[in-house]
Amino acid sequence: MTFTPHTDSEVEEMLKAIDVKRIEDLFQEIPESFRFPDLAIPSKLTEIEILSELQEIASANATTGDMPCFLGAGAYDHYIPAVVDMLLRRSEFYTAYTPYQPEISQGTLQAVFEYQSLICSLTGMDVSNASHYDGATAAAEAVILAYHFFRGKRKKVLLSRAVNPQYRQVIRTYMHGYEDLQITGDNQATSLESDLETIKRQIDPDTALVLLQYPDFFGRIYDYASLIDAAHKVGALVAVAINPTALGMLTPPGEFGADIVVGEGQPLGLPLSYGGPYLGLFATKSRLVRKIAGRLVGKTRDIDEQPAYVLTLTAREQHIRRDKSTSNICTNQGLMALASTIYMSLLGKQGFKHLANLCYQKAHYAAQQIDKLDGFEVVYKNTPFFHEFLVRCPKPVSMINLALQDYMILGGFDVFEDYPELENHMLIAVTEKITKNEIDAFCETLEKVTHD
Amino acid sequence: MTEPTVYELSSSGRKGFQFPEIDVPLSPLPDKFIRKDLLFPELSEQDVVRHFTHLSQMNYGIDTGLYPLGSCTMKYNPKINEKAVRLQGFALTHPLQPLISTQGNLYLMYTLQEWLKEIGGFAAVTLQPAAGAQGELVGGLIIHKYHKYRRDFKRTKILIPDSAHGTNPATSSMSGFDVISLPSDERGNVDLNSLKVFCNDELAGLMLTNPNTLGLFDENVLQVIQMVHKAGGLVYGDGANLNALLGIMRPGELGFDIMHFNLHKTFATPHGGGGPGSGPVGVCDKLIDFLPDPLITIVEESDDENPPLFGFYHPKKSIGRIKSFYGHFGVLVRAFTYISMLGAEGLHHVAEMAVLNANYLLTKLKNTYTLPYDRKCMHEFVLEGIWKDVPDVHALDIAKRLMDYGFHPPTNYFPLIVHEALKIEPTETESIQTLDAFAAALIKIAEEARKDPQILHTAPHHTPVRRCDEIKAARDLVLRCQVHNEKIPGSQR
Repeated sequence: MTFTPHTDSEVEEMLKAIDVKRIEDLFQEIPESFRFPDLAIPSKLTEIEILSELQEIASANATTGDMPCFLGAGAYDHYIPAVVDMLLRRSEFYTAYTPYQPEISQGTLQAVFEYQSLICSLTGMDVSNASHYDGATAAAEAVILAYHFFRGKRKKVLLSRAVNPQYRQVIRTYMHGYEDLQITGDNQATSLESDLETIKRQIDPDTALVLLQYPDFFGRIYDYASLIDAAHKVGALVAVAINPTALGMLTPPGEFGADIVVGEGQPLGLPLSYGGPYLGLFATKSRLVRKIAGRLVGKTRDIDEQPAYVLTLTAREQHIRRDKSTSNICTNQGLMALASTIYMSLLGKQGFKHLANLCYQKAHYAAQQIDKLDGFEVVYKNTPFFHEFLVRCPKPVSMINLALQDYMILGGFDVFEDYPELENHMLIAVTEKITKNEIDAFCETLEKVTHD
Repeated sequence: MTEPTVYELSSSGRKGFQFPEIDVPLSPLPDKFIRKDLLFPELSEQDVVRHFTHLSQMNYGIDTGLYPLGSCTMKYNPKINEKAVRLQGFALTHPLQPLISTQGNLYLMYTLQEWLKEIGGFAAVTLQPAAGAQGELVGGLIIHKYHKYRRDFKRTKILIPDSAHGTNPATSSMSGFDVISLPSDERGNVDLNSLKVFCNDELAGLMLTNPNTLGLFDENVLQVIQMVHKAGGLVYGDGANLNALLGIMRPGELGFDIMHFNLHKTFATPHGGGGPGSGPVGVCDKLIDFLPDPLITIVEESDDENPPLFGFYHPKKSIGRIKSFYGHFGVLVRAFTYISMLGAEGLHHVAEMAVLNANYLLTKLKNTYTLPYDRKCMHEFVLEGIWKDVPDVHALDIAKRLMDYGFHPPTNYFPLIVHEALKIEPTETESIQTLDAFAAALIKIAEEARKDPQILHTAPHHTPVRRCDEIKAARDLVLRCQVHNEKIPGSQR
């Protein structure tokens, strides 16, 4: 099935119109010896055949639809209300291109404008762009912004070791071409208990950006105000990577001085979908508005004085500035931003706060119960945390997780590979989807699989 | 037609979604962390449904009608793809689950990697890049790291033809290179004499879109590639226009060292009103080890009793991780479904019909609009949207007037090397009847330009909003809804 409408006689008619005998003649400019290769790709399938094949492939996976999910570490198993997907199926949204023609793209443009508004409300920031690819690339774009903010004169970027390891890896990849920039602060020798003091000591007038995570990779909540003050004293910028769900109950970074907020928007109504497509949140204080990469939607009027929305400040972007542009981003996560806009609008003020509280309370109950288990210990017990916490286990996490699979439970994240000092440590996430019974059963099973 | 914002529709105390009550004993959060207020709107479920339904009605998509945006390949997006991606086995898998529990996903990605290798003529493919521009960045970083690894530190220059997309020069800067723009010759090909000047030991590489953004296949492509290779540079192919070449030619065989695919163009995945895209990158043999970490591979071969075990592979000299996890998996599922349905013969047919449609439309229009490069085109072509006898009428007026006739306009003012460009890509999924109607509208507009130019200047007339004041938008920056009494920030100068 090729989804082409041409009948044989129509093809003939068209060839005649363009004065060409055979279709092959349209490709004469292609070097002959390379023309028309045989492709080793299986033969075509009908819709009935491919659907049955896909069902078979999909059934080889175990899913969070069949087992409670205690796995997070950057992607979270939240409930997605039916409304979100039903509205996303409006094909006027999903089959549109980037809204370059505002007169027939007001739906997309207004939705992005509302997205920008909701992200500003959530983070306490002044300006949000229309999205980046994901939390990790949004963090990398924050580093690039800071580099250009100081016109390349400040050579140091400090990353907290408690920032998601994948974010730190992506930042290093992105900054490969900026050879004079030193990305540091997350040395493996830094203790995770004194990470913030270590960062604070390293802030100096050569520091362009400090990147923190809130709650951090281990779910911990710290008061960053004095650290941010210290950075601001030497003129450095501070970016905070957030979990959006947590901001339903936590003071937003805009209120404690962050200059840039980035984050993974997947918890805002996007399916886990094996890691993507997700949504890169990116918001700043107003003084940085002209330094932001990516698209911005602004409100204006049309010639009839009706309110209208357009892409604005486009002179920052690659299609105008070409090699002088600070980022090459073009396509972003439009449909994911729309999903999150629907999600935040539907949950609303009360629903979103309640959601955060549900995650917080269930995670705390789970932590208390697990801490009581023989051989298990919650590690940062005296530090406030949101919906994720680190547990020391009596056996290697990979072994426990494989055993949990037999009981249809998806265990937490093994942090050992990223934090070599944390052997046998599991990062556990609890969302609103998990019931008290499931937490109790999880505890029982943990005990069972480690004491057999 | 206007629609209030979600904040304007809000009524204090209204609820749209109910979560269960808390079923565990309560733990308090220290006061100093508790947020004071959350300025989210308060709507009912029906409020939300109507609001976003109204917004969708103010949009134009491929399902509404012809969407001939040049170089965007806005072909029909098959509905089965949407069903495929929503299968629970795909949608509800966590990216960090044990590998043994996600063998279906890994099989699908491995197979798609293999198919893209075969289609592009490359030795390996990464599915990680989130979009075409990120694929370009992967390519730029690979070029950077490749020369550095060989301790060839002098190579700092990337050549980019003047017909290229803006992402190419922006990518090269981000990857740490100096950008040099190459002119096109009178037939729209890369100018070989200009190229020769830069083929020296400072050349890191060339980024080439082929067919180029004029819709023309570069007649000197083999020579261009050879010259760059001889000088020690690498050749990057921007795969944005691959739709013209599916099953017709493999860029890797021609000598391209690196190329990105745009799954959201060539492989029919929806563009979502600005994303998500997906930009897998293929490379030749000598660059495999530089690909982003991780790649999908077979970690244990199959035997009589067991299927192969799929897992991850970490390339030795990798540029590193380019995004979280493994790529836009949901987009990959759609592209896998599309390629499966087309099969080898279907891929070939897609390119043929895409090129046939473009040439048919070109023939219908070239007597009415100036064709700057009079050649047979590939999957798209560029016309001038201006006439000498009515110099007041511009490409923009023509584009806006097309909306009154129910069509999405072509790309305008790009590529920059054509005066008042109208770049038209009909794609293979449009019928002769639709193409005829579109040509008729453009010919009618050419008549209107002479008889009643005012109707073009004031167009569009029948759209949800009319021409928008973009200068005001940039001057009086309003980038979010005004909530409560706070001042709207952003406007600085």
